[in-house]
Amino acid sequence: MRRHVTLYGLTFSLPLLIWQVLFFVFPLVFLVALSFWTVKNFAMRPDFDTINWVTMFSRKVFWQAYGTTFVLATAAAALTSILAFPCAYAIAFKLSDNARRWAVFLMVIPFFTSYLVRVYSWQIFLSDAGIINVLLGWIGLGPFHMLNTVGATIIGYLTLCFPLAVLLQLFSLVFIDRTLIEAAHNMRCGRLRTVFAVVIPSARVGLVIAALFCFILSFGDFVSPIYLGGGDPTTLSILITDTTKSGQQWPRAAVIALTMVGTLLAVAFLAVKFAYKGRTK
Amino acid sequence: MSNTAITRISLSRRTLLATGAAALATPMLSRRAFAAPTELTMLAWYGHAEPDIVAEFEAENNVKFVPKYYTGGDNMLGLISQSPAGTFDVILSDAEYVQQLNVAGYIEELDPADYPFSDFFPEFQHFPGHWDGDKLYSVITRFGFLGVAYNTDALTEAEASSYNVYWDPKLTGKVGHFDWHLPNLGQMSLLNGNPSPYDIDEAAWTAVKEKTLSLRPQIGGFFDYGGTFSSLNDGQMLAFAGIGDWITGTLEKNGAKVRSTIPQEGGLQFTESFSIGKGSQKADLAKKWIQYITSAKGQAKSAQMAAYPCMIPNQKGWEVLNAENPAEAKRQGMVLGESNAMDLIRSGRIKYRQLPVQQDLETWNDFWSEYKGA
Repeated sequence: MRRHVTLYGLTFSLPLLIWQVLFFVFPLVFLVALSFWTVKNFAMRPDFDTINWVTMFSRKVFWQAYGTTFVLATAAAALTSILAFPCAYAIAFKLSDNARRWAVFLMVIPFFTSYLVRVYSWQIFLSDAGIINVLLGWIGLGPFHMLNTVGATIIGYLTLCFPLAVLLQLFSLVFIDRTLIEAAHNMRCGRLRTVFAVVIPSARVGLVIAALFCFILSFGDFVSPIYLGGGDPTTLSILITDTTKSGQQWPRAAVIALTMVGTLLAVAFLAVKFAYKGRTK
Repeated sequence: MSNTAITRISLSRRTLLATGAAALATPMLSRRAFAAPTELTMLAWYGHAEPDIVAEFEAENNVKFVPKYYTGGDNMLGLISQSPAGTFDVILSDAEYVQQLNVAGYIEELDPADYPFSDFFPEFQHFPGHWDGDKLYSVITRFGFLGVAYNTDALTEAEASSYNVYWDPKLTGKVGHFDWHLPNLGQMSLLNGNPSPYDIDEAAWTAVKEKTLSLRPQIGGFFDYGGTFSSLNDGQMLAFAGIGDWITGTLEKNGAKVRSTIPQEGGLQFTESFSIGKGSQKADLAKKWIQYITSAKGQAKSAQMAAYPCMIPNQKGWEVLNAENPAEAKRQGMVLGESNAMDLIRSGRIKYRQLPVQQDLETWNDFWSEYKGA
């Protein structure tokens, strides 16, 4: 059936379209063009040269950083999803309506504070002479080296993603048809089996989207790897800053950025496809 | 009755007109009495346009500085190249980037007669990179040394008197890098005994790379400006490569147990200088600022900058600093008549930080990325 474009429809859709063109499509096209520019004596020149792509893709350090970033973001997405699920489940099924509202409010509160500030505050907890090691010292343990490690970077990613993952999972869980759970129980399905056989498949879209957001946020994050991970190992976001620090190599940084955008688009496409697999309209 | 009414109307008309005229004139009067300050844009490292440095100049000249802060020369060049000509009235630059600014046509030529070069130590009167022949493009305002930064609880000054301390087993995982290849690789080059650390042939460059890679297991992290401060302050890193008193001096003044020393292999020197941005509409005021900050009074103020202290090239500035704050003058080695910073320079132990001469900057940076990923 042919759909007519109406003025009423355009009124609501045009601002979004204009916004997307101005702040997504145009910068993306510019980024693509920039990746073919050349740099001579600190000055960028419009050009069409593949040298930046060839140089970056032939560098071992680029692929090392790519692998590191991908693995870290995947680990962060998996870990956040696993830790967030019991929390979201409890809020959705175990709390009263009033308590649920408070829990949602508590999950929103972290967004009131800058992520950078939250990450810096983790340094006070994780440093060798920090709060955790002082507490462990009281019972004769430690000190443990926690700051400037991969583990600390993951804690940073959790700080960034956890509240959002809980909220996204929660919105998916609260809309599960409760009669399905009751039916499972009536058919003598145990609590744990009900979670895996009924709850998780029913909330699959929300759970996958939550994990996807965790991956996207962690993949592009600069703050945690640098301030909690000590910049070691190098992630793609750190490699971008390294690249721009030398002789104005913004075109090479554009190559890294475009590779990241491409990766995120591919992962998002696959995740959404998996989330909606087997669903009918 | 009607006369009274007419008079009342007439009076109120007059009153209205007078009030209106007064109201319209008030902004003109107040503008004359309290003219809005002229805005002067400054592109600089953090701290140079903060009240402890600029408040007096702003009050005396009815100026308001609008700072744009950067971290690193490439960041600065990027900001200038992305801005229209005339965006920045005053530009602070490290010496190695002044030539790039000049080649790209981002800065104005200056008249040497406008600035107090005769008060400067001879070494700073014709500083390399700031001049193109007899043409002046930038006026040096501060300088500092880069050496071994260390935690005084963990290391003695004697232990920190060589770059080899970075390889000390007790510092494994506790050595930090300021995340910029130039000062770190310059220090490695000094350790390898290169008399001109940035002017090295391929064999020496290969040796510098090998030496640097051998340090990798000792490294606890690569830090930016803020991370360097916090990791030294909380004792997370016990030794640091690529920095000097410009970081540890600030921390030390605030009670942290850190210090910098110039090791036996020698130290590096960075400089900061002011230029006037090409196309500035307020070049006269920008010139006045450079005259102020390079005067003896401005120099003493600059040496004690809250954001990060530095040494100053104006000999009369040393005298003012010694009169105002002898403890800080002594701490920074700026006391005339005793062993001081100028002696270090004159003894040849200090080398200029500069861009690599025989390799591309890109080659050094690429190696630095590889080193970080190793």
